[in-house]
Amino acid sequence: MSKFSDWFNKRFPAREFIRASMTQYYAPKNFNILYYAGSLLLLMIVLQLLSGFLLMAHYVATSQDAFNSVQGIMYDTKWGWLIRYMHVDGVSLIFILLYAHMLRGILYGSFREPRELLWIIGYLIYIMMMGEAFLGYVLPFGNLSYWAGQVITSILHAIPFIGPQLTMLARGGPGIGTATLQRFLALHVVLWFLIIAALIVMHLVALHQVGSNNPDGIEIKEHKRPDGIPLDGIPFHPYYTVKDFFGVGVWLTIFAAIILYAPTMHGIFLEKNTFFRANPMVSLPDVTPPWYLAPYYAMLRAIPNKYWGIGLMGLAIVLPFSLPWLDRNPVRSSRYRPWYRTMIIIMGITFLVLVWVGEQPPLPKYFLIERLGAAIYIGFYVLLPIVSSIEPTRAVPERVTR
Amino acid sequence: MRKVWIGLLVAILFAGNVSLARAVTLTAPQYVFNKATVREGTLLFMDHCSACHSIHSLRYERLETDLGMPKAQIIKSIMLSSNANFLEGMRPTMTQADAKAWFGIAAPDLSHIVRAEGQRWVYTYLTSFYWDPKRPSGWNNRVVPAVAMPDVLAPWEGIYSKNGQVLHRGRLTPAAYHRKVADIVAFLRYTSDPSYFKRHNLGPYVLGSLIILSLLAYLLKRNYWRDVHK
Repeated sequence: MSKFSDWFNKRFPAREFIRASMTQYYAPKNFNILYYAGSLLLLMIVLQLLSGFLLMAHYVATSQDAFNSVQGIMYDTKWGWLIRYMHVDGVSLIFILLYAHMLRGILYGSFREPRELLWIIGYLIYIMMMGEAFLGYVLPFGNLSYWAGQVITSILHAIPFIGPQLTMLARGGPGIGTATLQRFLALHVVLWFLIIAALIVMHLVALHQVGSNNPDGIEIKEHKRPDGIPLDGIPFHPYYTVKDFFGVGVWLTIFAAIILYAPTMHGIFLEKNTFFRANPMVSLPDVTPPWYLAPYYAMLRAIPNKYWGIGLMGLAIVLPFSLPWLDRNPVRSSRYRPWYRTMIIIMGITFLVLVWVGEQPPLPKYFLIERLGAAIYIGFYVLLPIVSSIEPTRAVPERVTR
Repeated sequence: MRKVWIGLLVAILFAGNVSLARAVTLTAPQYVFNKATVREGTLLFMDHCSACHSIHSLRYERLETDLGMPKAQIIKSIMLSSNANFLEGMRPTMTQADAKAWFGIAAPDLSHIVRAEGQRWVYTYLTSFYWDPKRPSGWNNRVVPAVAMPDVLAPWEGIYSKNGQVLHRGRLTPAAYHRKVADIVAFLRYTSDPSYFKRHNLGPYVLGSLIILSLLAYLLKRNYWRDVHK
């Protein structure tokens, strides 16, 4: 090492840090395609920060000018369309990655002891992301923004005793207006984002404490070489850095293809009603949330009573926190647990159906699907402790499989 | 298991189609989306629509930079409003006050109409006017019942009764008329998203470079991982 490097490292532990978290951090060698999601999420958050910073340089947070300023970005700002499409499509792509990342955790039992806290921090990031997405969604002040803001803040109204005051506080007044946009912007850009960033750091610290799980759900630290290095582990750098670099290439190709050829994704990533100016006089026949929040909305509607509906939605959102304690099987990975795997497949399909039904207008013909979906969703968590303690398991290998 | 998957997929697709069914079936306009079509549509829009409708978000200047229209032509045949400015958004010739007095409502700005309603909607709306003596203007529309806008394209389309009878033949054949409307829709599609041509021009270069980058990254990864897979 050069003299400067020695001087520097005496005062700042860069070399130690790189060793501990990259070149001498051992990860299992059998990661599959689902393991790309983590590093891609990190990339996407950075891209959101970048595009968001550029958007904010042109955005005006007043009810009078917000819509026009966003259209100004789309029509008049140089490369403004690219910045906005990056930011808008980036949200949907982040949620696709978040769902892949969580599915991976559920499939291979990555939430199990000793990774409970890792799972809880990760799930907190997901919940914060839902809030961040909602806050950002209101800012362009299209008609959908206005009514979504109205509907979501009115959920706070259902909180006992302090509900009305809390709604008032969230909106900055009795209705959605300039005060709402300004506090939503402050939350979206400063407080919420900083909390998410802090949680991501905690997620990584917790990961490096317990080490990565893998598709076989077995602990690589149980089989070590005499020098203490796991037999099935490979250093994160260079192996996973080059592998993730390939993942980044493919992902950016997909991202660019969406931005350049289908930026609204046929109204799924950027909805039609966002192209009308916010108008309190024109209520939308059906305010549906973006696709990534739709399952919870479908469950909210499954019960025609506001308080019970909100209760069910809240329960659906917090239940995954309990996963580490609901699963009682000594085997982690669904690869060796056919019953658990079947439950996950049914749950996955149910979630997709709930995404779809949550986007439909509130018609009685969808009630049955919404209720059935909600019942299966809750049923998964009710059945898990029972099924996991009685289900037959296949033989788990000693070492990771290729 | 595969049968179950296919069954579910079919069920979802089918249910999706049912939910989209409306009172009026929306038909898609037939046109080739390129700069020539949009230029054609721009002129038609200026002749027939711009008296009342603005395109607030799009500056006249963009017709020169995006579509390659000569500035002289834009000033002569497109900037018809007396207070139009080459560097500002497209204005209607009629004032809002006049519009309210004459039609009961100000004509909406059409900058984002195709993004907001979809081009099928705009096309079907423009081809769904019928003669209705009960309305103050004499016009009604199947897509927007009790519409305030009169059928300004009637001289070309002809006049139809509610059940589709020809009351008065237009100057154009139905096929020629539908092509004309499709061109106007193409123009409105462009105004809804003027980045279209730029995005599509960039596409092959951006995707090409990223695919090459991914290929190189894959080769690098394979080389590094050779000793893991031995």
